[in-house]
Amino acid sequence: MSSRESISIFGVSASPGIVIGPVLFLGRRRFRRPDHRCLDVSEVGVEVERFQGVVDRVEEQLREIRQQFISSLDGYASIIDSHLLMLRDRMLYDRTIAIIEQEKKDAEWALDIALNEAREIFSQIDDPYLRERVHDVEQVAERVFRLLAGRTEDKFAAIDKKVIIAARDFAPEDILRMRNDQVLGFFTEKGGETSHTAIVARTLGIPAVVGAEEAVRQVVDGETVVLDGISGRIILSPSREQLDQYYEHQRQYRQYSEQVALYAHLSPETPDGLKVRVEANIEMVEEAIQAISYGAGGIGLFRSEYHYLGRSKLPDEGLLFEVYRNILTAISPFAVTIRTLDIGGDKLPAGDKGGEANPALGLRAIRLSLRDPLMFKTQLRALLRASVYGNLRIMFPMIASMGEVLAVKGYLAEVMAELAGQKIPFNEQVPIGIMIEVPGAVSIADVLAKEVDFFSIGTNDLIQYALAIDRGNENVAHMYEPFHPAVLRMIRQVVEAGHEAGIEVGMCGEMAGDMSCLPVLLGLGLDQLSMNSMAIPYVKRMIRHSIAEEAEQLAASIFRCASSREVYDLLGEYLPRHYPDEFGPGGIRTLRKSGGLRTVADNKQGMDRARIL
Amino acid sequence: MVVFEQEIVVGNLCGLHGRPSVKLVETARCFRADIKLVRDDVEVDCKYILDVMSLACPKGTKVKIKACGEDAEAAIAALSELVRDNFGEE
Repeated sequence: MSSRESISIFGVSASPGIVIGPVLFLGRRRFRRPDHRCLDVSEVGVEVERFQGVVDRVEEQLREIRQQFISSLDGYASIIDSHLLMLRDRMLYDRTIAIIEQEKKDAEWALDIALNEAREIFSQIDDPYLRERVHDVEQVAERVFRLLAGRTEDKFAAIDKKVIIAARDFAPEDILRMRNDQVLGFFTEKGGETSHTAIVARTLGIPAVVGAEEAVRQVVDGETVVLDGISGRIILSPSREQLDQYYEHQRQYRQYSEQVALYAHLSPETPDGLKVRVEANIEMVEEAIQAISYGAGGIGLFRSEYHYLGRSKLPDEGLLFEVYRNILTAISPFAVTIRTLDIGGDKLPAGDKGGEANPALGLRAIRLSLRDPLMFKTQLRALLRASVYGNLRIMFPMIASMGEVLAVKGYLAEVMAELAGQKIPFNEQVPIGIMIEVPGAVSIADVLAKEVDFFSIGTNDLIQYALAIDRGNENVAHMYEPFHPAVLRMIRQVVEAGHEAGIEVGMCGEMAGDMSCLPVLLGLGLDQLSMNSMAIPYVKRMIRHSIAEEAEQLAASIFRCASSREVYDLLGEYLPRHYPDEFGPGGIRTLRKSGGLRTVADNKQGMDRARIL
Repeated sequence: MVVFEQEIVVGNLCGLHGRPSVKLVETARCFRADIKLVRDDVEVDCKYILDVMSLACPKGTKVKIKACGEDAEAAIAALSELVRDNFGEE
């Protein structure tokens, strides 16, 4: 503890768990020497040898790291291969030696010059992806700088006590090394929930918060910090009360999560026989296995945007087919619901960069797909071709009218006929569903239900459109209320319309993984809830501790509430009584009245919002 | 010494980024011949990864592989095959 005031900062929760301990800042760029050192002629040879010796050791280091890669991460092995080649590349290696000899300056200074020359060359590359490979060159140089500065080869090996690590960013191999070291947890400036750093942290079970820029900036080495990977909170120099509170919190969380994890694979069924499918929202194939290990009964939302973003061209059918086939085979026999492209046109390589005055109400999601039939049909073809490799469901985002449903089905029929003509196998019965996220679609849910096999309610957009709230706008964000009676009534209307037509109604918005919402959703009769993987064991546990009849009664009484405030009051009484481990005194969740509810699933919002706005 | 040449289009998704460059360089280094990669009028050494990466060849780039030396013909064949095969990416 220190004398300064405690500082509490929220980042993005990347891997759950609570840890408390001394913090260590593993900074980059602090090894660089500010000035050059002039050498005597006699010293030049020694300096070159020093540099060569360091490069030899870095090479050994990289080879050692490379051997440690577990198979699921072998994409990184090839990154290390490229680093090995870069280390000995003449632009860095030969050039540095030449500068030492010609200029008679020290190795750090020479390497810095060589690195800057490489940066200059890369900066002239037009292609953004290739241009950014310069970061790999920098990472390699960084390793050399570190050893030249006399730092230990392995920054983690130097850690001699249990610490929480703060850093700007980690290379994935850094996190792999943490496993054997005394790293309690870590937080970084950069990264989002789906960054590789976050995924690897979850795989290894190290509590982590990413995107906590301010926390990393203000960190003081050796000071005690609290890292709450559940809510994404970092507390720097916590007060005595905060520490006591968090030690207790940690103890309870440990106990609770052991129990939750132990039972993650039990069926999500209430003691009185109500079954709900609990599935995962994911974006990358790598996350699928993780989702299953968290107890997901399938993938309720596979976001297909990744392969369309940050590239110079649209993905071709072959690539998409590969991705879809991989996810289907990885998850089989569980179902995978793949959502067709859900972004605004300005995000596409060939898109209109001019921008729209009001993109949330503009050309996005299904509207964009229908505007560009060639692109849309490419995705549909890839999906249908993949459909024979597992249990695929296709979902269309942002449907607002019957015309759109019919148009989508028209394209689907067209592509099916083409495939049949080419004798390419596909599943003719592949279930198709739509996302209900536009209030207009809610009103006509009864007629839409006759045309599709399932509904999935996208609450993030639905709430935004229903209440006319841009959650990214701080002036109005507090009015974004999942428990606004209008929202609850819409959900009820969709469930009733779907069930009337005999189709399944699920939910894949953030609300689906929100533990505070769960009893209400159960009471409303949703058939499937799809959420961030991390939330799954918790939601499943709550379902097993729910009584369907009580949930129905709760839902009924909620509909007598005139405002979200009344709903909160009601839940504030209901949740601790029915779910004491979660919402009781010292429970792992608290219901917050202002600014909505915060749960493990909450952090997806940043990404979703980025996509929406 | 005869110089062998082959024009070829980079067809893999992200172009000559890290992984394909590694393969190209490692393959080139299996041969004794002097091997160059040429794009427009820029020529780089195919045995150095930063040369290859900084040549900046996104998907669809037309490049020329030039080899000179005793095993030049075999080098050209192996390297062209690698590019044609999209570096085994898909």
